[in-house]
Amino acid sequence: MAKTSRICHILLRFLAFSATLSAVIVMVSSHERATFFNVSFEAKYTTSPALKYFVIANSVVTVYGFLVLFLPAESLLWRLVVAMDMVLTMLLISSLSAALAIAQVAKQGNNSAAWLPICGSVPKFCNHITGSLIASFIGVIIYMILLLHSIHSVLDPLLLKKT
Amino acid sequence: MASRNGEEKVELGFNDVNETKTKKDWILLSLRVVAFFATAAATFVMALNKQTKSLIVGTIGSTPITATLSAKFNQTPAFVFFVIANGNASLHNLVMIALDILGPQYDYKGLRLALIAILDMLTMALASAGDGAATFMSELGRNGNSHARWNKICDKFESYCNRGGGALIASFIGFILLLIIAVMSIAKLLKPNRINHAPSPSP
Repeated sequence: MAKTSRICHILLRFLAFSATLSAVIVMVSSHERATFFNVSFEAKYTTSPALKYFVIANSVVTVYGFLVLFLPAESLLWRLVVAMDMVLTMLLISSLSAALAIAQVAKQGNNSAAWLPICGSVPKFCNHITGSLIASFIGVIIYMILLLHSIHSVLDPLLLKKT
Repeated sequence: MASRNGEEKVELGFNDVNETKTKKDWILLSLRVVAFFATAAATFVMALNKQTKSLIVGTIGSTPITATLSAKFNQTPAFVFFVIANGNASLHNLVMIALDILGPQYDYKGLRLALIAILDMLTMALASAGDGAATFMSELGRNGNSHARWNKICDKFESYCNRGGGALIASFIGFILLLIIAVMSIAKLLKPNRINHAPSPSP
C-alpha cells in the first residue's frame, strides 16, 4: 500500500515537472514577426514583463520539481518539501494569473484604454501563449493536489497513522 | 482491565479540557485582524476607484472636441478579479476571527485545525492570484507596451493610478500576513495538544 502510494506520488511529481517544463519551452519558443502597415514588429515573450515573470517562475518550479524527484522516501527533508511546495505553488499561481491577465488584454483589447487586440495580427504567437498557459494551469492543479497530499502525509492532520 | 481503561480515559479528558480553556493564541488572532483590515482596505479602495476626466480628442477646424472619459475598475477584468479575490480573503479572515472568538467547541470530529489550515492555504492562493494579475495590469497601465502599441494611461489618470497602487500595497501586506497565518495554522497541526483526540500511546 505504501509502495503504490509512493509510486503515485512520484508519478504526480513527474507530471507536474513535465507540465511546467513544457510551459517554459512553449513560451520561450514563441515568436512571430508581423508587419503593421509598414512597421514590422516582432512579438516575443520578452516584450511583456508579465510573460517574463511567467517564464522565470515556471523555470524555478521546474528545477525544484526535478530536484524533489530524487529525494529518498524517508528523508527528513520532506518537511522542507512541504514548506517549499507551498511557497512555489503560490508563486506559480501568481505568475499564471499575471500572464492570463496580459493575454486577455492581447486577445480582447481594452476599449476604455484604447488598447487594440493584437492577436489578429500575430495568431501563431497567441496560440503558443495559449498552449503554454494551459500547460502551466495543469501544473498548478497538480501542485495543489501535491500540496494537500504532502501536508496529509507528513503532518498527518487527521491522525490516521497509528504508530 | 476495562475499568482501568475507563479511568484513564476520564483523566485524560479532564486534562484536555483544562489545557484548551487556558490557551488562546493572541498572536494568530491579532495577525488575522490586521490581515482582515488590509484585505478589506484593498477591496474597498479598488472598488471605489474612479476618475473622470474630459480630454481633447480632436479638433474640427479651430474648435476642440472634448470627450469625458472615466476610468473605473470594472473596465479591466484583472481588477475585477482583484476585488473579488480580496473580498473573499477578508470574508475568510472575518469568519476565522469569529471562529476563534467563539471558542473551541465548534469542532467537527476533530477536523477543525485541518480545515482551518486548508482554507487558509486556499485563500492565500486566491489572494496571490489576484495580486499577480493586478500588479502586471497596473504595470501595463503605467508603462504601456510599445511593441503592441498600447499607450500608457497613468499620465492622464494620475489619481486613479495612485489609488490603485495604494490598494495593491494593502493587498500585498494582506497576502504576506496570510502567508504567515497559513504557516502558523499548519504548524499547529504538529502539536500534540489537540482537543478530542486520543493521545498517542506511550512507547
